[in-house]
Amino acid sequence: MDKYSFLEKIFIYSCIFVFLTFILLPFVEMFYASLRPLDHLFRSPYQFYSDDLSFWAYREMWNTVPMLGRYIFNSFFLASCVSIITLLFVIPAAYSYARFNFPFKNSSLYILLAINMFSGAVLLIPLYKVLRTFGLLNSYEAMIVPGVAFLIPTSIWLLKSYFEKIPIDLEEAAFVDGASRVQILRHIIAPLSTPGLVVVGIYAFIGAYAQQFLFAITFNQKKEYMPIPSGLYEFIGYQSVKWNEMMAASLVGIAPTITMSIFSNLLKSFSYLCKVSWVIWI
Amino acid sequence: MKIKGKLRSYNSQTYLAYALIAPAAIYILLIVAWPVVETIRLSFTNSSLAGEDYVGFENYEKMLSSKKFNKIVTRTFVWMFFSVSLKLFVGLIGAVLLNASLRGRSIFRVLIMPPWVVPIAIGMLGWLWLYNGYFGIIAGVGMRTGILDGPFGFLAYKQSAFISTIIADVWVGTPMVTVFFLAAMQGVPRDLYEAAYCDGASRWDRFYKITLPQITPVIITMSILSAIWTFNSFEIIWILTEGGPRGATTTLIIDTYKQALGNYKFGRGAARAVVVMILLTLFAGFYLALLARINKKISHG
Repeated sequence: MDKYSFLEKIFIYSCIFVFLTFILLPFVEMFYASLRPLDHLFRSPYQFYSDDLSFWAYREMWNTVPMLGRYIFNSFFLASCVSIITLLFVIPAAYSYARFNFPFKNSSLYILLAINMFSGAVLLIPLYKVLRTFGLLNSYEAMIVPGVAFLIPTSIWLLKSYFEKIPIDLEEAAFVDGASRVQILRHIIAPLSTPGLVVVGIYAFIGAYAQQFLFAITFNQKKEYMPIPSGLYEFIGYQSVKWNEMMAASLVGIAPTITMSIFSNLLKSFSYLCKVSWVIWI
Repeated sequence: MKIKGKLRSYNSQTYLAYALIAPAAIYILLIVAWPVVETIRLSFTNSSLAGEDYVGFENYEKMLSSKKFNKIVTRTFVWMFFSVSLKLFVGLIGAVLLNASLRGRSIFRVLIMPPWVVPIAIGMLGWLWLYNGYFGIIAGVGMRTGILDGPFGFLAYKQSAFISTIIADVWVGTPMVTVFFLAAMQGVPRDLYEAAYCDGASRWDRFYKITLPQITPVIITMSILSAIWTFNSFEIIWILTEGGPRGATTTLIIDTYKQALGNYKFGRGAARAVVVMILLTLFAGFYLALLARINKKISHG
């Protein structure tokens, strides 16, 4: 095959540069703004250069947004609860889809796909009324319960394809040798499916972390339960926004998902996710 | 014989299969299916915080006869059309670029992930700052280069707000489209390219005559899927403009939300939600039919 000439290489690299600028500009600018003193930010026209960059905003933001620590904790807590509960529902269902044949198997799988297409926003009205009748508005539950429902369908599909990769012969052999279902589950399925569970868990956590905003602004008015996106959104509405601190706090808020994608070998998980979801969607 | 019989009992216990699925199924019935039914019922009432009465088709009549609503529907589809086609276009270019066998491409592939992984709401806080008319970098570059002759609030004027929300939506959706196109491109058999190369096909010919036709199924599915997601998109517009200025970015979803939870007119909101659900069902049906067709084609070789 033909190799790229030097000029072609330069051309492609510069196109990639433009593309990545579009993708990363908001993050770069958020980071840059968070380092600059406020009076440098409030200069019009825009100043490209500041000489006294510092991490001062990262210290000051805890005073400006007094409950920031609480918001961060809430975000973490909500996402963890949602992903754990999702897994509890999804593991048996995915195993069943992977291993058994039963009436309505395929149609119910397609219905799951279709549920994916309904966003929470459509169903907010009855959910709001129900949560109000049960007195669950303004609580953690109000944000956890709907969150789980919208993560179940994709998680079932993902985990099902993972279970399908475990050869059924292993289970059958153990069964013939007299192992009970519980023993099979504990000694064969559980160890072999751990990587898959981790992948789906990460997927659920990131998904839960990302979807908090809508449920939080609709079902929760109490500051002490707010996750970080809705907590910060409140501050943006104020008269004088301290943008450098807001940007610093936002970056701290996205740090968990970013670190997760870097450190917990999400690269591998992601390529796996993409492959699997590709199979699902094609 | 004995083993076979034993195995059959292992693999065909329908009741166990259903029992394992039951918790998830019941949960979804309660939190998704029941609200759908309830929304339809509410759309025939004048439900509010005060209580509710059956009003028949009044909500629908009022909604369909109002000029504002018709405008909102048109606007939603225009918004969706531009956003989806831009996503596909930018995503395709991105995938072609990242598919080139150059040094560093594995890093580039990681670098495009953030908008997809990060909570949309927080990404939008960043865009709010970028779009700031006085101090934002976009207005700043515009003023420095002389394109703008003064501060310009991108989210303050009808047309520019409309375009700005589309761009932000494209930013959120592009990484996913790129990744899927990239995966599809890498699934194209290498020998096709080698054969074409031996026959003297140029790079453009190879892209146009091999890559594009080979990834067409993915392009079609991605366009429907991103149409659905764009249609559902709430946070982007809500954080950037809350549907303003003067309704210029109010899409169906935003309107539903405002009616139902801004004014607590659940009945009216529910009628809009039903319209949204009907449209979504159409999209979903279209998508599933297409999936079935593609699957058939694949299984037939």
